[in-house]
Amino acid sequence: MLELKGIDAGYAGFQALFGVSMRVDAGEAVAVIGSNGAGKTTLLRVVSGLLAPTAGTMTMQGTDLIATPPHKVIETGIAHVPESRRLFPRLSVEDNLRMGAFIPAARAKFHQRLEYVYALFPRLKERRTQLAGTMSGGEQQMCAIARALMSEPKLVLLDEPSMGLAPVIVSQVFDLVRRIRNDGYTVLIVEQNVRQVLKVVDRAYLLEVGRMKASGRAEELAASDEIRKAYMGL
Amino acid sequence: MDCQLDIFFLEAVVNGLLLAGLLALLALGLNLIFGVIDVVWICYAELVMVGMYGINYAYKGGMPFLVAALFGIVLVAIAGALLHFLVIRPVLETPPINQLLVTGGVLFLLQAAATMAFGIEFKNLGIRLGSLNIIDMSFSWSRILAFLFALAGMLALWLFLSRTFIGTAIRAISQDRQIMPLMGVDSRKLYLVTSAIGGGLAGLAAALMVLQYDIYPQIGLQFGPLIFMICVLGGLGNMIGGFVAAFIISQFIAVGSSCFHTEWGYAVAFLFFMVAIFIRPQGLFGSRT
Amino acid sequence: MTGLRLKPATIIGLLAVAALPLVVRYFLPASEKYYLHLLIQILLWSFIYTGWSLMGRFGLTSLGHGAFTGIGAYATVMLWNFAGITPWIGIPVAVALATVVGVLVGYPCFRFRIAGHYFALLTLALTEFVRLCIVGLRDFTGGSLGTQPRRYGDGISLYALQFEPDRMLAYYIAFGLWVLGLYVWLRVDGSMDRYALDAASQDEDAAASVGINVTRERLKITALSSAMCALGGAIFAQYQMYIGPDTIAGLGLSLNIVFAAIAGGIWVLLGPTVGAVFTQVLAETLRVVIQGSATLKGMFGSSALALDQLIYGLLLVLFIIYMPNGILGTTMAWWRRRAAARAATGRAGN
Repeated sequence: MLELKGIDAGYAGFQALFGVSMRVDAGEAVAVIGSNGAGKTTLLRVVSGLLAPTAGTMTMQGTDLIATPPHKVIETGIAHVPESRRLFPRLSVEDNLRMGAFIPAARAKFHQRLEYVYALFPRLKERRTQLAGTMSGGEQQMCAIARALMSEPKLVLLDEPSMGLAPVIVSQVFDLVRRIRNDGYTVLIVEQNVRQVLKVVDRAYLLEVGRMKASGRAEELAASDEIRKAYMGL
Repeated sequence: MDCQLDIFFLEAVVNGLLLAGLLALLALGLNLIFGVIDVVWICYAELVMVGMYGINYAYKGGMPFLVAALFGIVLVAIAGALLHFLVIRPVLETPPINQLLVTGGVLFLLQAAATMAFGIEFKNLGIRLGSLNIIDMSFSWSRILAFLFALAGMLALWLFLSRTFIGTAIRAISQDRQIMPLMGVDSRKLYLVTSAIGGGLAGLAAALMVLQYDIYPQIGLQFGPLIFMICVLGGLGNMIGGFVAAFIISQFIAVGSSCFHTEWGYAVAFLFFMVAIFIRPQGLFGSRT
Repeated sequence: MTGLRLKPATIIGLLAVAALPLVVRYFLPASEKYYLHLLIQILLWSFIYTGWSLMGRFGLTSLGHGAFTGIGAYATVMLWNFAGITPWIGIPVAVALATVVGVLVGYPCFRFRIAGHYFALLTLALTEFVRLCIVGLRDFTGGSLGTQPRRYGDGISLYALQFEPDRMLAYYIAFGLWVLGLYVWLRVDGSMDRYALDAASQDEDAAASVGINVTRERLKITALSSAMCALGGAIFAQYQMYIGPDTIAGLGLSLNIVFAAIAGGIWVLLGPTVGAVFTQVLAETLRVVIQGSATLKGMFGSSALALDQLIYGLLLVLFIIYMPNGILGTTMAWWRRRAAARAATGRAGN
């Protein structure tokens, strides 16, 4: 579905990704794990077009993503739940969801999609008129995921969904991820919370200082001594 | 100086209310543009002037007034989009103050162009709507209609902003500019649409003003500063703040003018403004960022 | 005490500007008055633009300087016309008044870190307030028609500071003022305050965190800048012997000040001067062209005079888009690049 080959990317005077290649197949849940500053967020920013790579190729179901303008990436079926949620704090929950359905294809199905995400997250329906910025962190994460689902994506990118949340809430968030998986979405998730994330994904890549160091099935990686020592504190 | 709480005072208060509608409409356009694009059009009042001339000539060329007014709205909407496309877009990435100053250049340009094209004479549509007389008070219909249409215009904008996808995007963009592409929003297109809407509001104001005021090339300098003052008082980009500020300021003008001379009405309003800013520099309703 | 060493080039430059009226007298005796008038205008406006640039270069884009020139001019003339107070006292009073107003408006802005658009619009309101006051006090000021300082004797008087009929004298007064403006600019440029203000204009929090009192530094430069513009406005009134709310105050003038300074370049000493030369020469040339052209007059009648404003506006837009460092700033940068390139090729050749 999504395929990256030899991606280099960075910011002014600082390269963050070095020849990164990876692949996500339809129906899979894939994680990119790594420590803070490894380039995980940069990787997702590259995929969704927020940051233009300096080298490499990138396709989504055959569409060349590098030639696609940033605001058109979502129309290829990629929805990005950004780091620290980035809801529109002074818009209501429903207006945030409306923003998720901004692209023409989604606008036509707005009410249908709204019912779908409200069924998936009934809590949001209760809070539909509340300003998004006044909700709790877990609810905001729920809203951010729902907003991404509004465009009827094929692939959902999740950037550190557990960040800044209380431990109890973190497991709820991973339940959310499991739910959207079960609903048939392909998921690419970036996490520092390695132990938890490896329980919900099929495969994972290990990113270290901008380079892909390892990849494999989630159970294999979870069993690897190296990863257990470095990332799971065992 | 005859300032008593009599019927003329009441007349002044009501006239102030009527004026407030128009000023609120003007402030709304500017606040909308600032809220979305983060740019102040110093030449905003000059766009209104362009609309007034456009309506004047369209009407005198034989169009019925309503058609001429519609023409004026479309004309200024196009002017707003052009202003953004030709002048603002090239300086969007430069220090913000350049964006303000570049529209100041447009102010000179439009004034001079109007002087050369239309001359310095005062122009008037010659439509007389008469006035509504209640007891000893008299309110001109042109002001009453301007008030009603300004309110209708603001209501229409509010519906647009709250009910449509593009309207929601316009409210959203100032809250988080960077993630707009993730929503599939092309900021450049949204800026252009907003500029056209802002221009359209200026065009509506022009249509309401040609019924009340004579048209001349410098008319923008008469009420331009007033609009900026209202926007700053209400908090730049804060549409509701601008609405309230318009009602406060216009009361100062109307009551001040009826008690003293007209300029003093304005001067008192500006004085109030500066005192208010001394106490709350971010505007009455602004949040400091 | 100056701390300024005059380089030979500086001395030659100053002497050349000082000798300009003699050049005019020798080569253009028939229109001496006209050319001197043009030069005087350039020098007076240069002084005012330089005063503005003191704030402008530190990111304090004021649209309120039309208020300061207006206060300077009107206070001086009103004191003279209605209280018989000589401009020798009137001007210091007017300058002090403008300084107080500048500080009063600046204080809340700087204290609460109002910058950018807000600052520009706030100072714009100040300009408009002063203009409205001038028009409103029409019994004294003549309202929008303007007024004149009462003539004293034959028009040349030390006591009344009236010198307009003697253009030579007027020139050297304007010259003195211009040199004063440049001197102040250099003193500011060489002072510690400049670094503080530069730092504050780039990052206010960082500047404050290293112990810079941003509010006080900005108030100081505002006081200086408003005082200079008030002084310039007052001398301008004494020279023109006429003041009107739109010629020496008002939003149009505020914008003119900002634009001329930017057109010349606000980060270099002579930038505002170049801006004054550019705008004055442009306006005069266009005026002459229009008056000499029957076609233009036939097409636009008296409105043809707006052509200079039209071109002016267009140039300003183009300047800000393509040449934000101004004429002089851009030229100097180009010159330095060329010199550097030459030095590089010179080294490569050796």
